[in-house]
Amino acid sequence: MAVQLDARPPVVPAARHARQSRGHRLSRFDTRYSPYLYIAPFFLLFGVFGIYPLVYTGWVSLHDWDLLGAEHTFIGFDNYTQLMGDPDFWHSVVNTLGIFVISTVPQLLLALWLANLLNRQLRARTTWRMTVLIPNVTSTAAVAIVFAVLFGREFGMINWLLDHVGVDAIDWKANRVASWVAISTMVDWRWTGYNALIFLAAMQAIPRDLYESASIDGAGRSRQFWSITVPLLKPTIIFAVIISTIGGLQLFTEPRLFNSGTNAIRGGPLRESQTVTMYMFENAFAPHYNFGYGSAVAWLLFALIAVVAAINVLILRRLGGVRKEDD
Amino acid sequence: MATFTRRHLAAVALVATTALLGTAACGGGDDEPAADGPVTLTVDVFGQFGYDELYKEYMASHPNVKIVERGTGSNLDEYSPKLTQWLAAGKGAGDIVAIEEGLLVEYKANPQNFVNLLDHGAADLKGNFLDWKWNQGLTADGKQLIGLGTDVGGMAMCYRKDLFAKAGLPTDRDAVSKLWPTWSDYIKVGEQFKAKNTGASFLDAATNTFNTILLQTAGNAQGYSYYDTSNNLVVDSNPAVKQAYDTTMDIIDSGLSGKYGSWSEEWVSAFKQSKFATIACPAWMTGVIEGNAGPGAKGRWDIAQVPGNGGNWGGSFLAVPKQSKHQAEAIELAKFLTSAKGQIGAFKSKGTLPSSPQALEDPAIVDSKNPYFSDAPVGKIFAAGAKSLKPVYMGPKNQAVRTEVENAVRTAELGQRTPAQAWTDAVNNAKKAAAK
Repeated sequence: MAVQLDARPPVVPAARHARQSRGHRLSRFDTRYSPYLYIAPFFLLFGVFGIYPLVYTGWVSLHDWDLLGAEHTFIGFDNYTQLMGDPDFWHSVVNTLGIFVISTVPQLLLALWLANLLNRQLRARTTWRMTVLIPNVTSTAAVAIVFAVLFGREFGMINWLLDHVGVDAIDWKANRVASWVAISTMVDWRWTGYNALIFLAAMQAIPRDLYESASIDGAGRSRQFWSITVPLLKPTIIFAVIISTIGGLQLFTEPRLFNSGTNAIRGGPLRESQTVTMYMFENAFAPHYNFGYGSAVAWLLFALIAVVAAINVLILRRLGGVRKEDD
Repeated sequence: MATFTRRHLAAVALVATTALLGTAACGGGDDEPAADGPVTLTVDVFGQFGYDELYKEYMASHPNVKIVERGTGSNLDEYSPKLTQWLAAGKGAGDIVAIEEGLLVEYKANPQNFVNLLDHGAADLKGNFLDWKWNQGLTADGKQLIGLGTDVGGMAMCYRKDLFAKAGLPTDRDAVSKLWPTWSDYIKVGEQFKAKNTGASFLDAATNTFNTILLQTAGNAQGYSYYDTSNNLVVDSNPAVKQAYDTTMDIIDSGLSGKYGSWSEEWVSAFKQSKFATIACPAWMTGVIEGNAGPGAKGRWDIAQVPGNGGNWGGSFLAVPKQSKHQAEAIELAKFLTSAKGQIGAFKSKGTLPSSPQALEDPAIVDSKNPYFSDAPVGKIFAAGAKSLKPVYMGPKNQAVRTEVENAVRTAELGQRTPAQAWTDAVNNAKKAAAK
């Protein structure tokens, strides 16, 4: 298999000199195996920090595993059957999906709009582009604490402003939908700018002449946006949607810090804003310390993310296909 | 040249891979020499234990020991999962860890994680602790001592003098104590207070008050709350639980609660903004009030007797995890911190009430006054009842069950559930939590 993968001239055959032959063997070894070596660090890291915990979590989820206990009894799929009939788990799934939809849809639309603005000829363009990323580099914990105070029932600024326009105080933490909205605001604050920059990068890769010919044909700005920009951004939009899905369904820090005080991990007295990751934590750690049950929640969350991501991709593909036929 | 570059790259990749493997392999190797050299002892706590001065004194007399405290001021909800993870991982815990009495039960169920203090001469110290406090630290079979007691949570009622004056109520602590011999008297006073529209609520949150009433009622009755002493869940059959629940619902129905979820950001703000007039006050709460209300409120608070009769809420223990590399030194320090002298030091610093009968009789405690609380004679108020405190037995899943019942109280307080619905929730969720 001395196929030349590189552009080098064929190596001189035969063992004229021992040195040359050694070099030859080395270079064959190099061609064949070094690519694997290049990618090895990634797979090694992924193995240690990705595959191993995944498999181990699966193993734990098949046991009655008290975090502190010395004995772990194998119980097969009992944790999963129990979880399937656990209303609190499904409640947290609904919360997670609710927050995901309320946060992601406006976020991506807003990001698209922002990216479109940033793509125009602006003064101090780089400054604007950097500015949209600032919320993303602030610590999540800091953002969550500030927002939790803003959305306070009695001492919060949002309710104070609402009061000025004659709206009664909203108990943001004890009202299910209100808590979803508050948490979504936090998520959007952090991630809109980030997605806008991703969209912007993709927009800049769209050839200018497409827009030029469109303007010659008399297409306005918005027509250009919907007929050129958006269709050509499709792969990027799919990427952004999948990344948002993964992040959105694993939401933890924002809702956890939004709820302060005793048992914040429950996300409110009636679990108003408890996400799946919070439910996982509640079971695996305080106050239940049931590691097996918590691990089962983790695996179901994994399955849930895969399903939602697949649905998103299918929907987006369908949308793109329809548009092509229109054109 | 191309060959060279590629080979060069391959070498780099190889080095990187080896380095990674090396790092992974070395993950467990930070052992310190266990020789006679200087020893650093880590003490893990939550809230305020008030040990700073004691550390200084100990380090001065033990020049080879350095003490580092972690977790000061942290919430128990943040601290306990961390401690459990450290114990489960066999790594990361301090040489001494503080354990709150409600959580002690869970740790006692897995005593293999801790050093048996009875093997290290702790048996001689039995007389230094109130009997029930000593017994709480023992495993069910009585063969292992997990922790040495620090403080107990004798009960009182802290109140704002300025708000009481505004509502035309007496402000003197003895007169205030006379206002509420029982909880129904407390509610009556609350209604008078409410009628005066001071802009503040009568109490902070129903959950803390519920806990106080429950521990008091249970202590005065059978001596157990959610679990009986054979570890059966009795949340729905123990009259003490229902009685405490009903009293709390009366308080809620009278509209006396400010509904500031305890330990939340709003609760802390409400202290600062003088938004409530009374708070159920175990001894350790005085330190919390001072921290939350801040120096500006000094002299506006005072301490009266708690309605009902006595009761104990909280209190902690110091334990030495088996994973500690300096067990002998840690045990010695734990003995020092929990000695009568150590407990007096902690009381002076943060108001935690000693669990040592000698300390409770010491003039340093009996005659002590708290300047923040208008020079209230805290020694008299708390220490007087401490020796007759009636402890409440805690079952295996006490913390999880308590969480469910408290949340049910909270839903009734916020008007999300009627008291009857919330009670059904409390019982059902408590059963579910106990089974997990």
